Amino acid sequence: MSEPFLIGENMTGGYGKGPDILHDCTIAVNPGEIAVIVGPNGAGKSTAMKAVFGMLTVRSGSVRLAGEDITQLSPQDRVVKGMGFVPQTSNIFASMTVEENLEMGAFIRTDDFSETLEQVYHLFPILKDKRNQAAGELSGGQRQQVAVGRALMTKPKVLMLDEPTAGVSPIVMDELFDRIIEVARTGLPILMVEQNAKQALEIADKGYVLVQGRNAYTGTGQDLLADPGVRKSFLGG
Amino acid sequence: MDFLNALVALSNFVLIPGIAYGSQLALGALGVTLIYGILRFSNFAHGDTMAFGTMVTILFTWWFQSLGINAGPLPTALLALPFGILATMALVVATDRAVFKFYRQQKAKPVVFVMVSLGVMFMMNGLVRFIIGPGDQRFSDGERFIIKARTFKQMTGLDEGLAIKTSQGITVVTAIIVVAVLFWFLNKTRTGKSMRAYSDNEDLALLSGINPERVVIYTWLIVALLATVAGTLYGLDKSFKPFTYFQLLLPIFAAAIVGGLGSPLGAIAGGFVIAMSEVIITYAWKKVAQYLLPESMEPDGLVQLLSTDYKFAVSFAILIVVLLFKPTGIFKGKAV
Amino acid sequence: MTETVKHTLLFVAVGLLLLLEGTTTAFGVFSGSWNSSLTILNMGLISAIMALGVNLQWGFAGLFNVGIMGFTALGGLAVVLIATPATPGAWDAGGQRILLALILGATTIFGAILVYHKMSGKRTRPLAMIAVLIVGFFIYRGVLDPGVEAVESINPALAGNIGGLGLPVLLAWPVGGILAAGVAWVIGKTALGLRSDYLAIATLGIAEIILSVLKNEDWLSRGVKNVVGLPRPVPYEVDLQNNPDFVEQAAAWGFDATTASTLYVKLGYSLLFTAVLLVLLWMAQMALKSPWGRMMRAIRDNEVAANAMGKDVTSRHLQIFILGSAICGIAGAMMTTLDSQLTPGTYNPLRFTFLIWVMVIVGGSGNNFGAVLGGLLVWFLWIKVEPLGLMLMDILTAGMAEDNGLRVHLLESAAHMRLFTMGLILLLVLRFSPRGLIPEK
Repeated sequence: MSEPFLIGENMTGGYGKGPDILHDCTIAVNPGEIAVIVGPNGAGKSTAMKAVFGMLTVRSGSVRLAGEDITQLSPQDRVVKGMGFVPQTSNIFASMTVEENLEMGAFIRTDDFSETLEQVYHLFPILKDKRNQAAGELSGGQRQQVAVGRALMTKPKVLMLDEPTAGVSPIVMDELFDRIIEVARTGLPILMVEQNAKQALEIADKGYVLVQGRNAYTGTGQDLLADPGVRKSFLGG
Repeated sequence: MDFLNALVALSNFVLIPGIAYGSQLALGALGVTLIYGILRFSNFAHGDTMAFGTMVTILFTWWFQSLGINAGPLPTALLALPFGILATMALVVATDRAVFKFYRQQKAKPVVFVMVSLGVMFMMNGLVRFIIGPGDQRFSDGERFIIKARTFKQMTGLDEGLAIKTSQGITVVTAIIVVAVLFWFLNKTRTGKSMRAYSDNEDLALLSGINPERVVIYTWLIVALLATVAGTLYGLDKSFKPFTYFQLLLPIFAAAIVGGLGSPLGAIAGGFVIAMSEVIITYAWKKVAQYLLPESMEPDGLVQLLSTDYKFAVSFAILIVVLLFKPTGIFKGKAV
Repeated sequence: MTETVKHTLLFVAVGLLLLLEGTTTAFGVFSGSWNSSLTILNMGLISAIMALGVNLQWGFAGLFNVGIMGFTALGGLAVVLIATPATPGAWDAGGQRILLALILGATTIFGAILVYHKMSGKRTRPLAMIAVLIVGFFIYRGVLDPGVEAVESINPALAGNIGGLGLPVLLAWPVGGILAAGVAWVIGKTALGLRSDYLAIATLGIAEIILSVLKNEDWLSRGVKNVVGLPRPVPYEVDLQNNPDFVEQAAAWGFDATTASTLYVKLGYSLLFTAVLLVLLWMAQMALKSPWGRMMRAIRDNEVAANAMGKDVTSRHLQIFILGSAICGIAGAMMTTLDSQLTPGTYNPLRFTFLIWVMVIVGGSGNNFGAVLGGLLVWFLWIKVEPLGLMLMDILTAGMAEDNGLRVHLLESAAHMRLFTMGLILLLVLRFSPRGLIPEK
């Protein structure tokens, strides 16, 4: 098996000097793929993603992006390396307009980003209509679109979403998943943490089920949905 | 005719001084609100930053005057102002490096920052008194009036004269220019937007690659400019005395809180609310009443709601009311 | 060396400084006069009490009070109102009117609060409140002004104020505490529960306003004309000097009568102040160790958790804010008693608010003994920084000509070095030794 585009391999670590939350955990994603991390509450799903993004201390194991070891880099430096991250909460600049949010997403870019802006507007047409409105005034689903759009503005090589559908209605959730599939079709690898395991695994090319900070099951989305162990332990039969 | 006279008297003693004072407070409150928005603490040293900037401006003004350099009808202080701004910029940036940066890295509580700013305030206060002394300094020169009361009377034939001091005119014009440039900077430039982004959501700003130290430095530079301009305008309009500038802290904080801490637009609105209330409540309305009321109803007293000694009580009362009923201020500030 | 020994030594060191001040003129710093030493000690004791009050607020609860000056001044006002004799005729001439006006004023505010609670309606309620306040204000001024005029016209050169109750001056000390507590209640009610900065700003404001009331309401305490010759709790020097027994006793100790009488009076104050300090210190220590004190510190360390555990953080903060302010009020009354005059013009925030903060921080916030040590030590330094600054300037400018402009300016301005130095000390301690000389346990 060739080296995946982004891989957090055998990661063990926790927040600051606190106890280890992750134990020998491996997460990887390839171009064109949607990889989903699911698991019961407190399984360390978001923690695993944050470890990949450099927001906690990884005491053993490594994170590699396109073959390069980035384990020691700060989150900011990883953004420069091409990682786009959408946090779960306060992931927009609420007092700034939609367009300003997107501009701030492109802050590290020194080239002309108007083309990327058009791409984002093409992907999320509603944002173009509301470009001059304060992002904080938008609905929950629209705000998530702003958040994803902001992360796309750096032209990332990989996009990471921390529970993008938290707190939105089922209809909006379906629409958001459609958009995410669309983004993935452009060839961008997507790594995503999801609470709604069933729906997420349906669109996932690769699924990671974490239990207590360890890889419990790994496989394609369909495999995992069919796996009796996964179904029994937390998909609800 | 009496109505016109009343209107002129009102403009002369209430509106014009109120607008000038309001502009000065607005500029001061803008500085406080920017620090609050970006560095997230109430900077008690702001009054003394204003005093320092004004002091340097005064020293340069005196030097220019001794060299015979002047700005014609305008006060020489305007020529000295850029030097005052530069010196203040150097001072506040040095203070930030030496003092505040440490607590930022420690992620200290806001109240610790406030206390540290109190220490800075006393050092600046001591510095200013040490250099220029605690006394009153006047440094305005050039033409004193744009319109003199007598000229106005002759022009219009009214009994009541209207006088507009040069300092008042300069205050309003300068304030408009500074505020326009500030808002252009904050809303249109990349750096300005990054400052707003940082103020709005610090973590996300970091994720977006915004350099916090750069934002902080820009903030201090702008604050130094605002403080020096506000202080110099106030000094031209009234007079310079270190202790008065320390006392200005109260109306300035009141203005920033009334408008909503962290909101630049709020700071301007708050400045005018406080200034107008202060002038209206401490003005003796007898003159205006004389024109408007029939002779039989003319008041005996001065019709002054509060003596001018209590002008700080006005800002304080407004502050208390806002804290009681709407702690986020008129333009929803950042936090309660 | 154990902690206790170290801390005891610190107190001994302060005692030694005072001893040196009394006995030697060495190093150009000490004056070698017991008179000066006792003067410093007395103000040091008062400062220590203020520091104790502030430590209660900051050390126990993390409340930032920048209005110590105002509470101190209220204590001073209490001395005038309690201890001075009533001005003859003032009560009949206008005093009753003034009292009525004050009651009306309070009624107005109460009425506005009543309107706020009883009425609803987005538009009508504020309008009704404003109407009540405006009408009430004019009635208040209508009643008050003639009364004030009448009182102020009584013998304006010597009195012109309402005077006091003519009660023993010691009674004024607790009353000063009560006055300060009352104002603290109003401020605390408004600003506590909001961001910590707001309390700082509100206290800064109230202090300025209390001072402007004291300066401008001549009927109350003669404003900037000052009230002098306040009654004392200790004998007068003149009386002592005319007392043959005292003179004889002094001679036996080797003092002349004048010096002995001054020292006797000052020592009397020292004993009184020490007694008050010890009582307050004991109370503060008991409070610190009580469940109440533990809860306070728990709240300070983690307000969110305390809130979640069902502790009413705001009302606890209100309690401690009032207590701390009351202590400042008591200290203020003691200070005015010591000066035997109330001079509103001399109160300034640098000296009365900020210096106390330096004392608390340097001494060790959160530790009552630290606050007391800070009060005594920093007060001594405060007195001595000026001659030291002057000395420094003398050395620095020694090479310049006698009439050199810079030299003259530097020497003249040396006094302002105090502010600068104190600010510097505060910043240095906060940065490098934030727990102070005697840290919290």
